[in-house]
Amino acid sequence: MTAILEMRGITKTFPGVNALDNVNLTVEAGEIHALVGENGAGKSTLMKVLSGVYPYGTYSGDIIFEEEERRFKGIADSEKLGIIIIHQELALVPLLSIAENIFLGNEQATYGIIEWSLAFARTKELLKRVGLKESPDTLVTNLGVGKQQLVEIAKALSKRVKLLILDEPTASLNEKDSDALLELLLQFKAHGIASILISHKLNEISKVADSITVLRDGSTVETLDCRKEAISEDRIIRGMVGRAMEDRYPKRESHVGETIFAVENWSAYHPIHADRKVVKDVNLHIRKGEIVGIAGLMGAGRTEFAMSLFGRTYGQHITGRAMLHGKDIDVSTVSGAVANGIAYVTEDRKTYGLVLEETIVKNVTLAHLSGVSTNMIIDDMRELAVANDYRGRLRIRSANVYQQAVNLSGGNQQKVVLSKWLFASPEILILDEPTRGIDVGAKYEIYTIINSLADAGKGVLLISSEMPELLGMCDRIYVMNEGAIIGEFPAAEASQEKIMHAIVKSGRR
Amino acid sequence: MDTGIASKLSVDKRESYGNFLKTHFRDYGMLVSLLVIMAFFQVVTDGTLLKPLNLTNLVLQNSYIVIMALGMLLVIVSGHIDLSVGSIVGFIGGLAAVLMVQFGFHFIPTIVICLLVGALIGAIQGYWVAFLKVPSFIVTLAGMLVFKGLLLSLLGGRSVGPFPVTFQKLSSGFIPDIGTSDTLNMTALALGVIVAAALIYFSYRARASQEKHGVETAPFGFFLFKNALLAVLLVGFSYLLATYRGLPNVLVIMFALVALYAFVTNRTTIGRRIYALGGNEKAAKLSGIKTERLTFLTFVNMGVLAALAGLIFAARLNTATPKAGLGFELDVIAACFIGGASAYGGVGKVTGAVIGAFVMGVMNNGMSILGIGIDYQQVIKGLVLLAAVTLDVYNKKK
Repeated sequence: MTAILEMRGITKTFPGVNALDNVNLTVEAGEIHALVGENGAGKSTLMKVLSGVYPYGTYSGDIIFEEEERRFKGIADSEKLGIIIIHQELALVPLLSIAENIFLGNEQATYGIIEWSLAFARTKELLKRVGLKESPDTLVTNLGVGKQQLVEIAKALSKRVKLLILDEPTASLNEKDSDALLELLLQFKAHGIASILISHKLNEISKVADSITVLRDGSTVETLDCRKEAISEDRIIRGMVGRAMEDRYPKRESHVGETIFAVENWSAYHPIHADRKVVKDVNLHIRKGEIVGIAGLMGAGRTEFAMSLFGRTYGQHITGRAMLHGKDIDVSTVSGAVANGIAYVTEDRKTYGLVLEETIVKNVTLAHLSGVSTNMIIDDMRELAVANDYRGRLRIRSANVYQQAVNLSGGNQQKVVLSKWLFASPEILILDEPTRGIDVGAKYEIYTIINSLADAGKGVLLISSEMPELLGMCDRIYVMNEGAIIGEFPAAEASQEKIMHAIVKSGRR
Repeated sequence: MDTGIASKLSVDKRESYGNFLKTHFRDYGMLVSLLVIMAFFQVVTDGTLLKPLNLTNLVLQNSYIVIMALGMLLVIVSGHIDLSVGSIVGFIGGLAAVLMVQFGFHFIPTIVICLLVGALIGAIQGYWVAFLKVPSFIVTLAGMLVFKGLLLSLLGGRSVGPFPVTFQKLSSGFIPDIGTSDTLNMTALALGVIVAAALIYFSYRARASQEKHGVETAPFGFFLFKNALLAVLLVGFSYLLATYRGLPNVLVIMFALVALYAFVTNRTTIGRRIYALGGNEKAAKLSGIKTERLTFLTFVNMGVLAALAGLIFAARLNTATPKAGLGFELDVIAACFIGGASAYGGVGKVTGAVIGAFVMGVMNNGMSILGIGIDYQQVIKGLVLLAAVTLDVYNKKK
């Protein structure tokens, strides 16, 4: 058997982070090759290198496709050769029809005039191949997620695909649609089309994959051949998480007190699809001085839960009780939640956390302007002292506090967001992926800050997709999947394997 | 609080002149441009531009644009736009005319009613924008048509006037003279000197406080130069006005409003929140700012200021015409953008908008004196707007 694709020694660095380190991946002609690894292991980065999103020159290593070395300058180059990637977030234009979407950028036209009859005829043919019974002029917005996925695949087929890359294709599909999709992959295999399947659902992988490459921390761990012998899920999980725990987390002696915050039967529905329950009857509590983690895969509903709790900033038809010191509190508005001592540090600091064009000073005091003003008039010098104080305590590296937030590094931006919420002096801090996109040194500093908060008697709810982080930091860990809490472990009993098992098991229902 | 930390943290207390000018080009660039434009027209009009009579006219002609620019700046900073202000000016002028001329209302209740109606108009449009989430461009475009139409129906297509003399004073009146000189209005001169002294005092106090807290301050020479220049301009300006009829009432209203809005935007929590809202609405919302209510209030404020401008404009013309206010929104919006406001929201200063309004005003006035036709005036104004904003975008990229 010959290899259709060989990626050799791929190394890709972002400022401060080694995203990929000497990664090797070989895909045989006509096979289904699964790519697995934890969040942040480098799967998506590797696929972006392959498809030319990161052009030749921004990484080191070789890409050999169909026995020739390739240097892609952009997606167009890789698509021309038949390497098509379907992203987790679908790239369809909702208000265009299926036919228009399939031939977008590749219109069936002569001299710029579209031949609609040809486009429709070819669309029908393609839809038949993917098993989608819809008219070509149906608007994409009127299709469900599963069907949209099929349109994406039909679009890939229209480009004479040789290597199809699917990034978490079944993440938002129900079981029936997932099975149909996997069946389709097997059909393509029969026609000689190779695919790379990125998925967290290990049961699906064992169902269809011919070989499995495991990535961990930006390196290739191993490639398992499923044709020789069946590979168990345990075996895959071991490869995914089996790293030695280093001393990456500052030591802390925890002094856990009485329960200060509790949530009962918290539910929320999707803001647009009112029938989709995104957060399902969540019950949890946080004690004084405790760091509580929520583990889960991306899309498990953790951020949605946190934001629906924090002033109903996500979702609709939100129900449930939030209690501080045993009393019901009003968290229906952000200002209400803040006034009741709750702070939420967002996972997306650029979109939700900072006013990027403003200075550090103005960002730090934004959530608690009353702390630096009298009768609504801001005292510049008091404000400056506050900002300088936090800049010193959290070691924000900048020329001064009048630097714009946009010019800071990720770690320092995160410290500004943390400062903002520390200044609001909350009792409960919800930290959503506080170390995402931050280099190792700054991570350690953020961990130290989190520990000092717990030592000061605050309750911390830490949402993270990095399991070692949760294990290293938390006193107690909840596991969330598909919007529901499916498990709870004290830190001493938790392990990555246990958490992964809990997720995989609940996902199979 | 702790001054020790503050002074330790700021390493370079004083920037060099060159560095300072480079980083603050944006702040002073427009003021310099205005002075250059004024000097240019002063020369080419053989000194007509700064003649006391013309200077007084310049203030009267631009007062309503400046007043509306204050409100428009807040609307633009919050990330929106208001196209309806020209029509509101016309409509409120018409309303005032009907109340006073046809119904014989006294001018004080008329002014109160008109300002309230302005607030109501702003509230309606603000409700649509803030709570119903209809884009402000659409809502106020609709408002522009609606109020233009309502003005026509209100006046029945005719001009209504003249107004009672007391009402005309709003625009054409002057602050009474305290002095006895026939040639020099002492009130004007005295106020000019007092305001200049107050400005110097406050900026000196601010500087002292900044130095005490170890904040980087402008080079002292520059500080001195800036304040001296400002004082000379203010006193010179008031002297010129004093040699004519003194301070127009409108100028005092305008000056008070400019000071108020500069203070609100720079120093108050509500001002800060408007900037945050325009800079990043989502982050502002997640910081506990009631973004909808704030957007709503900026529109209410705009409505009130547009109504005030409408009253001043009507008083100045001494009649309400169906065409009053036509195209004002463009001058007002242009003033804000020339003054450095960002079309994406979050950026812009009150002083910038005022300077922008006067850049437009001086050009209008200067070109009229030169006898340049209205056709080319528009072309030149359009190009100046484009140039100013291009320069701003270019500066920002650097």
